[in-house]
Formats: sequence, structure tokens, C-alpha cells
Amino acid sequence: MRKLLAQFLLFLPLAWSAGAHALTAEAARAMATGDTDERIAALNQAPADAATAAFVQAMSDDAVKITADRVIVVKDDKGFDAATGAEVPIPEDAEDIVNNNRMRGAFEGTLASLKLMSPDRAERVAAIDALREETDESRLPIVEKALAGETDESLKTRLQAIRARIQLSSSDATQRAAAAAELGHSASPATRTLLIEQLRQEDDANAKAAMRQALAAVEGRLVWGERLAALFSGISLGSILLLVALGLAITYGLMGVINMAHGELMMIGAYATYVVQGLFQKYLPGAFDWYLVAAVPAAFLASALVGAALERGVIRFLYGRPLETLLATWGISLMLQQLVRSLFGAQNVGVENPAWMSGGMQLMENLQLPWNRVIIVGFAFAVLGGMAWLIGRTRLGLFVRGVTQNRPIASCMGVNTARIDTYAFALGSGIAGLAGCALSQIGNVGPDLGQGYIVDAFMVVVLGGVGQLAGTVYAALGLGVLNKLLEGWTGAVLAKIAVLVFIIVFIQKRPQGIFAMKGRSAEA
Amino acid sequence: MNHSILPQRAPLLSTPGWSAFFAALLGVCALVPVLHLMTPADSVFHLSEYMVALVGKIMCYAIVALAMDLIWGYTGILSLGHGLYFALGGYAMGMYLMRQIGRDGNYKSDLPDFMVFLDWKTLPWHWTLSESFIATLFLIVAVPGLVAFVFGYFAFRSRIKGVYFSIITQAMTFAAMLLFFRNETGFGGNNGFTDFKRILGLPIATQGMRMTLFVMTGCTLLLFFLLSRWLVASKFGRVLQAIRDAETRVMFSGYKPLPYKLTIWVISAVMCGVAGALYVPQVGIINPSEMSTSASIEMAVWAAVGGRATLIGPILGAFIVNGAKSWLTVTAPEYWLYFLGALFIVVTLFLPDGIVGLWKRLTGRKSGSPAREAAEQSAAREKGQLPTTPDAPATGGAA
Repeated sequence: MRKLLAQFLLFLPLAWSAGAHALTAEAARAMATGDTDERIAALNQAPADAATAAFVQAMSDDAVKITADRVIVVKDDKGFDAATGAEVPIPEDAEDIVNNNRMRGAFEGTLASLKLMSPDRAERVAAIDALREETDESRLPIVEKALAGETDESLKTRLQAIRARIQLSSSDATQRAAAAAELGHSASPATRTLLIEQLRQEDDANAKAAMRQALAAVEGRLVWGERLAALFSGISLGSILLLVALGLAITYGLMGVINMAHGELMMIGAYATYVVQGLFQKYLPGAFDWYLVAAVPAAFLASALVGAALERGVIRFLYGRPLETLLATWGISLMLQQLVRSLFGAQNVGVENPAWMSGGMQLMENLQLPWNRVIIVGFAFAVLGGMAWLIGRTRLGLFVRGVTQNRPIASCMGVNTARIDTYAFALGSGIAGLAGCALSQIGNVGPDLGQGYIVDAFMVVVLGGVGQLAGTVYAALGLGVLNKLLEGWTGAVLAKIAVLVFIIVFIQKRPQGIFAMKGRSAEA
Repeated sequence: MNHSILPQRAPLLSTPGWSAFFAALLGVCALVPVLHLMTPADSVFHLSEYMVALVGKIMCYAIVALAMDLIWGYTGILSLGHGLYFALGGYAMGMYLMRQIGRDGNYKSDLPDFMVFLDWKTLPWHWTLSESFIATLFLIVAVPGLVAFVFGYFAFRSRIKGVYFSIITQAMTFAAMLLFFRNETGFGGNNGFTDFKRILGLPIATQGMRMTLFVMTGCTLLLFFLLSRWLVASKFGRVLQAIRDAETRVMFSGYKPLPYKLTIWVISAVMCGVAGALYVPQVGIINPSEMSTSASIEMAVWAAVGGRATLIGPILGAFIVNGAKSWLTVTAPEYWLYFLGALFIVVTLFLPDGIVGLWKRLTGRKSGSPAREAAEQSAAREKGQLPTTPDAPATGGAA
């Protein structure tokens, strides 16, 4: 009986496609009134043509009214007869049709399957996307029909997958087994869920075996995608931690300044990005996609200038008194936060990704690398390289290393140590600004931006070993990956707590971090 | 004059000190209750309910500042995690108060409202003791004390100090805050505990109960002050100050710093726990924000503003900073953070000995402890991670 109906349905649209308005008043009424089951049945039997599509669309837009003798589609306050398309007056007693959620789902499915036959390829792709999760057997005829008419190979494969998904719940056991075998070629998490669900209620031994086999194949393909996705998100988090901690590695690691305002220097970088974005929107809307290129140096300079001012104004009086710098810079951070609140408001501001940063690389069905994350990983390593070059290869770097290693001797050699302090602090602050610029592309930009990262930043530098750039890199990436691995089975908050506890315990064992400073000193 | 090598034990308090102490005791136990209860509401001498609650709250903060002073001012260990101990004491008290609500909550259930809301059927295990007041008193002392003991034992044994120590205390508080924010921990999530109705079976929102809590808080503060004074004047306290000034030298003299540091660390944590327990019934709410990084750092500021290593200074500091906060957040909320931030900077740059140090300088008396400044600098340089300032002597290292 079901098969018969399916075949009947298959030919139905062909029989009616000749008329311009094949939608009959009866069919329209059946779709618009009655209980949900009856209406869905009517929907599935409706002819697959443009008039039906328009009518279903109108129903899903709540633009259909019913009177005793006709069904009226309302458009721009005018009524049109659903079957003939002629303009008709809307009577006072016309009733709105009421759609529940199930009905709305059915509309979407119907609209999508109607679009499967569209001559426009993009529309067909959209329809296939919409039907991806479909398992209702009543859609099978339309899918089969679309499959018969489809010429594009890739779309054909996707339609076959949809057909297999639908057939997996077929009443015929051999068809179920065949569908399972077909689904075995898939590598999508949705297929896995579907197979697990069907396997639970399957009683035919043959089909069961086929489903098990398919499930194993799908899982085998998924497991690598999942592993790589976890690894990538770990590296992505690690690279963010690295960016956040790199500036601190200079101000705290090299100079010994407990800069609690580090987070606020990042916030300044993020707001500088926001300002540059605003300027581009206003003056260079054509080049908006490239605002980020201008924002990177702007963020660096803004934070570096603020950093230099802080060093000159407050911090240079506090060298050698680490706990005092901690308190003073905390005070500075409070004032900077309030300043930003006064200038930009307490709400988060919107920073948009340029077009080239949205979307992602689809490497596998369940492994997509978002462009903004990929670019930030690259950016973090570029900043790392630039900083290593600056510290290791340039004259400024030589002076910074000299001053931090032995200030009196450096001073004797004619180095202006006070100026080097300012440069070094400004450099660390500028790198914080770069971190802020990067963070603006993946998260909220608001006055509290820095607060969320300050504990993380200190953890990374302390764990890596103060004064050790390599340690900072290992600690940032290690913590990032560890955090994401733990997140897999404990959830985000518990993973974070576990990482903090891990660091506390680790510091007990190795108080000087992964890479201890070499040399002798009486104090541990 | 005394010519022996060992200095005479200092008196617990000087004569003016005792006079001030008894004046404060009188103020707490008699003056404030009389001004609140006996004067008509329109009199200039009348203390409003708001003022009494505010002073009571600030006295709790003063206890915390005193505890900070013992550990930071006298032992040289800056804790950025004392908010945790304060909150632990507060939560222990809060659990008892939640149980005292009984069936008067919104859901008319034996369980606290938030548990009914989360559809829990029984109390979690850690709520077992919260029904009894005696057990609660024990928990208020034991929980912060135990946490401090375990954390302190491992940290001091590995000889973590200075900035490292500060930063891991911060991490500890941060981790605890994340934990307490979670609903399944059983502490009410981000709403914490509120809507208390009774304590020891008596209604909590009456004038009499408010006065009782106020007097208890004031007396606790004064007792802790005497205890601290006794501690720092004792031999134990002098060893602590020696550890602060030159730990290496103390070790070379044959002392083991670990038990000293651990003892004062636990005492300080317990004081914070008691302060938290007194704070909760007066303020009527406890939530995880008490464990935030900023709350703990603010505690250090109370001590710094008043003057470290003076005992009376931190108490003053707590009153001044929190008084200013209550006033400013009402009159000009947008300026509060500027004020607090500027306070941090001004005190560290210009008032290293706080208000008490400024007072001493103005009145021409001997300044707090110049030795401490030098010692802190040399200790920092000894670790080899801080630049030696040109103006400091290069031979300043203690070892």
C-alpha cells in the first residue's frame, strides 16, 4: 500500500505539471485545515510545482486565511484565491490558519523538497542542505525523482546519502541493510547518531550486521577528525595564551615588573582595533576588508605609548619592589578600565571580522578550521618570531638583555639604562596591544576584556619559567592543549579548574617553572 | 636602660594604647547601641540602621585587614587569596542560615530553595553538619584553617615566596571561584545564599539581633587586635619579622621558617573565616564574587593604606577605604574606580608606610621600619630576577 502510494506520488507531479495552476482548491484546503496529521499527509501529496511552493511558503509566513468557500493568500493587504490566483476580497470572517511547530517543520521540509527540482544549482544545494537531517519516508519519492533528474555528480552523491538516511528506517529489512551499507561511506557525525539510533531498534539480524559494519566504518573515519579538531582547538587556545603571555614575558619575565595592568594594555589594543574599524567604516568603506592590516600597528602603538607613559610615570620608581609594582599596576588597571568605560561606554563594542577571516577550511566532514583561528595561530607565531629577533638580534635587544642581567655594568658601559627600561616596557605593552587586536577578532571587546586573561597570562609565564622565552612558548601551547583535552570529558569550567590546580601543584615541585634560570642563588 | 643582648619584651599595649582600646570597646558595646536604639530618629545623634549595618560590615573587613597585616606586614608574605578564606567562613555560616529558613522558603520545602529549583531530592553530603550551630562554629574555624594548612604546608615547604606565592594564591582563589559559580557544587551557584530568616531560631531582621551581631563583631575585632598585638610582641612574632626582613639569615641562624610561616598563615586564614561568618548574617548575602581576584587584592589595599606592620593602621585603612567606597558609589559611582586606583598608586609611591607612617612623619616620630624596605629590595635582588636599582648598594644581598 505504502509503495503504491509512493509510486502514485512519483507520477503525480508529472501528470499535473502541464497546467499553470495545478494546485486545486481542494488540495489547498486540505493543506490549510484539519488536524496536523491530515495536513501533513495533504502536504506530502501536493503537486510539486511553483504554485504549491508559493502556497506553502505563504502558509509558513502566516499569510493564509480561510473562509467557508475558499482559501485566500494575503499579499500586501490584498487577497488572492489560492487555486486560481485571481484577486478576491478578504471577507470579515476570514480566519487565520494556525501552525504548530510540527507543522512549520513540515512546511520547511516540503519547501526544500520542492526546490530539489529547481533549475538553479544554488537553490538545489540549499534544498539538499535543508534535507540533510531528514528521515521521513514520505519524502522518498521526491528525493528519488530529484536523483533521477540530477546531473551534477557531487549533488548526486549527497542526494544518495539523503536517500540512504531515509531508507534506513524503511519497513523493508533488505532496503535497510542496503541503506546502511551506503551510509558506511559517510563521515558525518549526524550519520553516526542516526546509525546508533536505528541500531537500537533494529531486530533483523542482517540489517543489524550491516548497520554495525557501517557504524564502525563511520566511527573510524570520524575519530581522526575529532582528534585533529581537539588538537587544533588546543593549539588555537595555546596560541592565544602565547600572545597574551608574550608581552608579560618581557615586562615580568625580563624586567621583573608584576604588571597587573597587562590585561588592560590588551584591552587598549582591542579598542584601538575598534577605533580603526570605525575610521575605515567612515572614511574608507571600500577598503573595509583591510582595516585589520592598519589596526595591527595602531594597536601596537597605542598600547606601547600607554606602556611608556606608565613606565615613566609610575613603574620606574618601583623597580626592585615587586609587590609594590603589583599593587600600583593593579591601581592603574582599575583606572584604565574606568577610563575606557567613560570613553566607550560600559557595554561591549562590536568588532567585525573582515570577510577574508570568516568561514573556514573544511578538511574533513567533522573537521573545519575557522579562518580567524588559523590566522591567529599564524599571527601568534609571527609575533613570537619578531620578538625573538628583536631580543636576540638587534642592538636594542642586546641592551635589554644587558640591563636585565647586570644593570651597574651595563650602565658603566654607557648604556642609558633608564631609557632601555622604558623601551623594554613599551615593547612588552605593545605586544599586549597586538594580543588585544587578535582577541578582538574572536571574542567580546569590553572594559573587562583584560580581567579574563590576567590570571592565565601569569600562569603561563610562571609555569614556563620567568625570564625564559622558550618556556613561555611550551607552557602556553602545553596548557592550551591540556585544557582542550580535559574539556573533552570534564567540561570547560572543570577543565580550567583542573589546569589551575595542576599549575599550583607543578609550581610546588618546580618552583621556577619548566625551565629554571641557570646559575647559583641562595634563595630558591 | 637595658644593656642585655635580648630586648625586653614589649608591653602588650602602652597606657594611651589601653585607653584607646577601652574607648573603642565602650563605643562598640554602649555608645553605638544607645545612639541607635535610644535616640529619636530625627535627632542629630541618631545612628540610622544603614549606618549601623555599614559600620558592622566594615568591622568585618577590618578583621580581614588585620589578618592581612599579620601575614603581609609582619611576615612579608603577600596573599592575594584571602578572599577565599573570608568566603569559606561566610559560606559555612550561610549554610547554617539556609537550614534555619526551614520550610519558610518559596517552595515550602525542607531543602534550600535553590536545591528545589535544581530538582535535587536530598541534601548533598557536605551539608550534613550545617544543621547544628555548634558544628557550624567548628566549620567556620576548621574549613579555612584546614585549606590554609594544606595549601600553606606545600607552598612553604617548597619555599615558594614573594611574587610566585602571591600569584599562586591568586590562582587558588580564582579556581575556587570558578568552582563555587557552578550549580552542581551545591553552594547556590552565582546567586549564592540569601533570604536568611532566622539565627538560633530567632528572627534575624530585628533591631535586637542587629545590635547583638554588631556588638559581637566589634568585640571580635578588638579581641583579634589584642591577640595580634600579643602575637607580634612575642618571640614568635619577632621571628616572623626576622623572616620578613631576611629569611635566609634566619635559616642560617638555625630556625626553620616553615612552622612559623605556616602557623601565622593558618591564624590569618581563620581570622578571615570568622570575619566572613560575622559578615554574612549582617549583610544578608554571600556569593562567589567574594572570591574574585579583585576582592582579594582590595584587601591588601586596606592594609597598605593604613600602614603595614602597625596593626592599628590596617583597621583604619579598612574604615577609610570602605567608608569612601560607600560614600562614592552612592554619590559618584563612576569615580569610585578612579579613586581606588589612584589610592593604590599614591600609597605605593608616596606612602609606603600608609597613613600611620604619614602621621608619624608629620608628628616627627620615628618612622615605621626603614629596615623592611631595604630588606624587601635585597630579598628581591637575591632571587636574581629583578634589576638592581642604581641607587641601591650592590652589596645589599643578605646571603
